[in-house]
Amino acid sequence: MIVITFWVFVLAISILLYVLLDGFDLGVGILFGLTRAEGDRRAMMSAIAPVWDGNETWLVVAGVVLWGAFPVVYATLLSAFYLPLLVMLAGLILRGVAFEFRARAERTRWIWDAAFSGGSLAATFIQGMTVGALVDGLPLVNGRYAGGDFGWLSPFAVLCGVGLCLGYSLLGACWLVRKCEGDVRDTAYRQIPSLSVALLVFLVIVFVYALGKNLPVMGRWLERPYLLVFPVIGIAAAIKLAHSVRRRQDGVPFHMVAIIFIAAYGTLAISFWPYMIPFAITVYDAAAPHSSLAFMFWGEGLFVFPLLLIYTAINLSVFRGKVDSTSQHY
Amino acid sequence: MDLTALLLSRLQFAFTISFHIIFPSFSIGLAVWLAFLESLYVATGRPAYRQVFEFWLKIFGVAFGLGVVSGIVMAFQFGTNWSEFSRLSGSINGVLLSYEAFVAFALEASFFGVLLFGRSRVPAWFYLFSSWMVALGTSLSAFWIMVNNSWMQVPVGYVVENGVFVPNDWAAIIFSPVVWVRFPHMLLASFLTGAFCVAATGAWYLLRGEFAAEARIMLRMGLFLAAVLVPIQIFFGHLTGDYVHDDQPAKFAAIEGRWHDEQPAGEVLIAIPDPATGSNSYEVKIPVLGSLIGSMSFTSKEVGLVDFPPRDRPPVFIPFFTFRIMVGCGLAMLLLAWYGSYLSVKERIGDTRWMLWAIFLGFPLPWIAILTGWYTAEVGRQPWAVYGLLRTADAMTPFLTARAVTTSLVVFCAVYSFIFAFGVIYIYRLLQEGPSGDLALPPVAATPNRPMSVVKASLEPKARHASPGE
Repeated sequence: MIVITFWVFVLAISILLYVLLDGFDLGVGILFGLTRAEGDRRAMMSAIAPVWDGNETWLVVAGVVLWGAFPVVYATLLSAFYLPLLVMLAGLILRGVAFEFRARAERTRWIWDAAFSGGSLAATFIQGMTVGALVDGLPLVNGRYAGGDFGWLSPFAVLCGVGLCLGYSLLGACWLVRKCEGDVRDTAYRQIPSLSVALLVFLVIVFVYALGKNLPVMGRWLERPYLLVFPVIGIAAAIKLAHSVRRRQDGVPFHMVAIIFIAAYGTLAISFWPYMIPFAITVYDAAAPHSSLAFMFWGEGLFVFPLLLIYTAINLSVFRGKVDSTSQHY
Repeated sequence: MDLTALLLSRLQFAFTISFHIIFPSFSIGLAVWLAFLESLYVATGRPAYRQVFEFWLKIFGVAFGLGVVSGIVMAFQFGTNWSEFSRLSGSINGVLLSYEAFVAFALEASFFGVLLFGRSRVPAWFYLFSSWMVALGTSLSAFWIMVNNSWMQVPVGYVVENGVFVPNDWAAIIFSPVVWVRFPHMLLASFLTGAFCVAATGAWYLLRGEFAAEARIMLRMGLFLAAVLVPIQIFFGHLTGDYVHDDQPAKFAAIEGRWHDEQPAGEVLIAIPDPATGSNSYEVKIPVLGSLIGSMSFTSKEVGLVDFPPRDRPPVFIPFFTFRIMVGCGLAMLLLAWYGSYLSVKERIGDTRWMLWAIFLGFPLPWIAILTGWYTAEVGRQPWAVYGLLRTADAMTPFLTARAVTTSLVVFCAVYSFIFAFGVIYIYRLLQEGPSGDLALPPVAATPNRPMSVVKASLEPKARHASPGE
């Protein structure tokens, strides 16, 4: 039992870190598509170049932990989202190689620009859409997916895809405010208010929809009103965000948006706990046998996972502060 | 279930994993070679070793990067196309592959970064230590992959509960004798890939009359290493054949092209197997040798394919030919390595241009051997995904449609060809530029997570030079 909780915790941390870290660099990729000036584009790429692929490793960590520790969920979700995941992987690969090849291209630079922003947008949309499809309820029969190639598609799922694009763009804009100077920073400051308002409206819609659609979720919030602390923290962070943007405190907005994300993540998790696939498969149904979880714990859980956390912290702190826009490769 | 989807899924898996294996099989061997070079440099202080090290480190970076990118797809593909396999054996295979990923990332996160950017920032002994840790890490990564695949070949240490494979003895899984012949077989194959690529590059420079000092080091070290390793590899290949003989008799019969029981059994050197008639055409066969190879005996009875019900037989054509191509490549490598080493010792290799050409053109041999070896192992395991327990047809995602797999196969082919083309151009330009570069400090904006940025920094001046219009 404890070991199941441990792996739920590892998985939750891995997914949260992925969302926050790759979230901002995917967001920068989306905003990249909205700019035209070459200097700004270089500055935007430089702001995420040193960290993006360390960020992306958390996706693979989450993927393999899901498979090893919760094989049923891995098998069900990945096969159900066959085509969306294909688009996400292609998007992530194209975005990744764009980092390496863009600087060397002159005539073909537009291809890499399109790959970079298009790949970021596609990967983000798919991630939001899958979460939306899960909240909406996948068509399952006896715990098996039974929806065909497009069974995950619903207006709500699409709405969540759009919502995550807004969310990641907001994270990205705050990251740019933190890392850049000049035009890039000013543009990002102009984008933050509208992105934040759009994101908050979206989150409220999702929360109300989830409450209305699923009575068990509603019951949980009514029974334990103290859980409302998560949405409340989110609102407080939004207020602080507005202040810091007005006062141009470059370092603050990113942390506030990260708190909003954590609050939304916590709200989502509490609403559906202990279900991993809402109202069909719980963490206890999905957990691998004790012998597997214990074997994973004594090696990768106890040693390698903390090492990865430390490394992530070091990598981010090494590249803290503003990037110098005059001496960049990008 | 959709049979077209099954065929396409198998093709997609074969394509993506074949593409992937090209890079690790090169970088595992290269990592050990780099550690060895750095040790030599520390021991002797000869700058040429350092030049060669810096040069191959850049190439290692590209191969490593492409291996990581193509590996991410593998982590998802088991779930998307083979969801029943993932569900039923995830508590074993998922766990083993999670160890592989964690080991790979822990390595990438720490010591590889030191190698790329730390020469001026850490003590020399720590740099040397890091180079060996990278070598250890890439080999450990291969280890977990081989444990994983060996369990699918010969499942051990499990019980079946509610149709799901539950591990009950991890020691049996990890220390399975099958692992300990197949892991060395794969590791040696990677070392040979590294050795032959290094030797071929040396031969190429000598043919072009460039970088003579470095080229000689590459040629000699590559050839000598291969001369020692190829015979050991052939020995481990034989041991691998032994496990197939004992544990997977149907695969063994398919590889041997043996349709009916024989006592004593002959060895088919070459033939065209015909599954329709259950016989071989144009067969060249040596009597008794089959028993000798299979059981080390002159009289043993060896099993034929028709002993197995048709639904349990592997395809014959692919294992039969891929195995022979692999062995052929091995023998060609043995000739190249031994004769090349002989010429090297006699100091005549620089003047023997046809041999330099042969070594240069021989660089694909280890890759062909690795790919055909894996095709023999994997196609020969059919119709099973987990041998004797789970059929490939039952391992596939049950509701997968041919339309969906066609889409993904086309997308993967397009994206991979695209990346591969650029990766090959990168490596080719690096090789062309040669090890002559000054030992400059690493670029400031590059990071351990982005091995390819080193390459770019080093290529940029040359690229500008090549196209003055920029």
